[in-house]
Amino acid sequence: MTATPTAEVQTRRLTVKQAINQTLREEMQRDPTIIILGCDVGVRGNPFGVTKGLYEEFGAGRVLDTPISEAAIVGSSLGAAATGLRPVAEILFSDWITIGMDQLVNQIAKIRYMFGGAISVPLVIRAPVGAGGGQAAQHSQSFENWFSAVPGLQVVMPSTPADVKGLLRTAIRSDDPVLFFEHKRGYEIKGQVPVEEYTIPFGLADVARNGSDVTIVAVSIMRHKALSAAEALAAEGVDCEVIDPRTIYPFDYDTVLASLQKTGRLVVVHEANRRSNIGGEIVSQVVERAFELLSAPPRIVAGLDVPMPYNRSLEALVIPDEARIRQAVLTVVGR
Amino acid sequence: MRHRVTPEENCEAVAAFERDILTPLAMSARLEPADLREMYARMRLIREFDTAVKELWKQDFIYGLAHSYVSAEAIAVGACAALRDGDYITSTHRGHGHTIAKGGDPRRMMAELMGRAPGYNKGKGGSMHIAAVDMGMLGATGIVGSAMPIAVGSALTAKTLGRDNVTVCFHGDGATNQGVWHESINLAAAWGLPVIFLCENNQWAISMPYEQAVGNPSVADRAVGYGIPGVTVDGFNAIAVHDAVAEAAERARTGGGPTLIEARFYRYIGHFVADDEAYRDPACNERWQQFDPIERMAGFLLESGSADKAWLDEADETALARVEDAIAFAKAAPEPALDTLYDGLYSDEFMAQQGIGR
Repeated sequence: MTATPTAEVQTRRLTVKQAINQTLREEMQRDPTIIILGCDVGVRGNPFGVTKGLYEEFGAGRVLDTPISEAAIVGSSLGAAATGLRPVAEILFSDWITIGMDQLVNQIAKIRYMFGGAISVPLVIRAPVGAGGGQAAQHSQSFENWFSAVPGLQVVMPSTPADVKGLLRTAIRSDDPVLFFEHKRGYEIKGQVPVEEYTIPFGLADVARNGSDVTIVAVSIMRHKALSAAEALAAEGVDCEVIDPRTIYPFDYDTVLASLQKTGRLVVVHEANRRSNIGGEIVSQVVERAFELLSAPPRIVAGLDVPMPYNRSLEALVIPDEARIRQAVLTVVGR
Repeated sequence: MRHRVTPEENCEAVAAFERDILTPLAMSARLEPADLREMYARMRLIREFDTAVKELWKQDFIYGLAHSYVSAEAIAVGACAALRDGDYITSTHRGHGHTIAKGGDPRRMMAELMGRAPGYNKGKGGSMHIAAVDMGMLGATGIVGSAMPIAVGSALTAKTLGRDNVTVCFHGDGATNQGVWHESINLAAAWGLPVIFLCENNQWAISMPYEQAVGNPSVADRAVGYGIPGVTVDGFNAIAVHDAVAEAAERARTGGGPTLIEARFYRYIGHFVADDEAYRDPACNERWQQFDPIERMAGFLLESGSADKAWLDEADETALARVEDAIAFAKAAPEPALDTLYDGLYSDEFMAQQGIGR
């Protein structure tokens, strides 16, 4: 199945973290060529507990604790993927993906193309993104735009347990490299998850809330803040539609444009800082494809263009919240 | 700090190479005369191929950059002669020699260099990314040191799936000063992976002499830091390279982990096809050419009775003819159709699903 869970489907209440763990376990049971590698993924089970129990079940040969060597983690995953394995590599904090950037951008993204299609790269790189928790400038970033800008990569960032399960399974079964970004403040988010095995195709957005006045496109855990803002706005008489794109590349513009047919007003919300980011890309695509649908200038609610500060109050200024989303919505409806 | 190499220093370097590294070619218990003849034929084919490439580049049949494997032939050929089908190699930006040594088809290679459709990479890669994946050659790369972890991953596949194949990671002396070089060797050592790190130390990173780029000019010494065997061989001697790789491969296949081999030689040609070598004294090259790996192999074949002059002449003619045939094939081959631009960007299934290139 590919749709969101419906009433007749048997479900279980899980956290995002549990959904990742369960999907990894089920896929590893199904396919012996899947391995997991990264810092602290094995004996420790990852600092957030995401890979807990997998080392015990699958052993040190398939759940590999690595030295702190991001370039080697990413690059060896490529070599393994090119020769018959399906590695799921983990970078402990997505900020440190920078150390593996050559392997990601110059090798992983390009090898299939520059070798004329002779090599497949079935590789997933999981990494926690996002701020909120006083982890300051080097443990708080969201780099989805860096990778969605590189042809050859796919970028996935779901934030509900059911989406995580379906999209991680699609990622693991994909024959192309996937950056799978999990928000570190989203691991404990709970939701109903279908018990059965299912995949969700990349490039299919989820309409998280139906509405007729404003379309809010909200990335990763901004989905939850947008939904909360939408409930409050409903009480003020503004009916918001909330769309979670779930994948950044490929991006589902069809669902966004269909929503704009109804609303004519667009607000894009992402936590990554605003400058040269996906908010601008989404707005420019919408303007180019369907300017005539817009009855007001779109707004972007994004992280501010500073390194993440440590202090709680300063940090709160940088990260988009319900108040900023509300303000943007009221602006586009002309209030 | 960097200083221009003086003629005196170059003479000293030649003398030191003769004293410390140069090893006379000698019969190997692992090789039959037929193997030696095949090694000679492949070395000659590489030489003729890359000699032709330079001219074709000047004539604009080859676009972009091309880096020659001339002077290094003994290394790729010696190493690949120690490998089996199913073994992998990773390459450098000088990938023509590795491709030929691993059994690549000169026609498809030359077609790729000319950007033609039947080329190994369908005209998408060119010289710097040439790959013959069907032969276990996992591709040339334009970024120094970048194949190190890829080779480690290939070896990880072998270990995970219980296969007894090995991976040889060719890299240059320039790569040894990249961070990923260290990360990769350390990881392979920690996990005991079946990979052979084969450093082609040609002593020059474009214009930078190796001994001025490092505190210790021995690459092999670094193996101590990783707890793996490190050996230095005469990189102008195909038999010595073969034996070092064969020994390392036997160790790797039986769970003994990685080896670091430094094949010391000298790039007595320019860095790439149009390098004027203004950074060094041309007399350097002349002094080093006395160690030409193909001339030495020819001499050894005669001296050991493994081949006679007539065989050598025929082998030389065959190599030249194969290159001429490859050039004719490539020149006659079609250019890629313009609608293949996006082909291979993602798997076919994803491309169709997303409508990419439509």
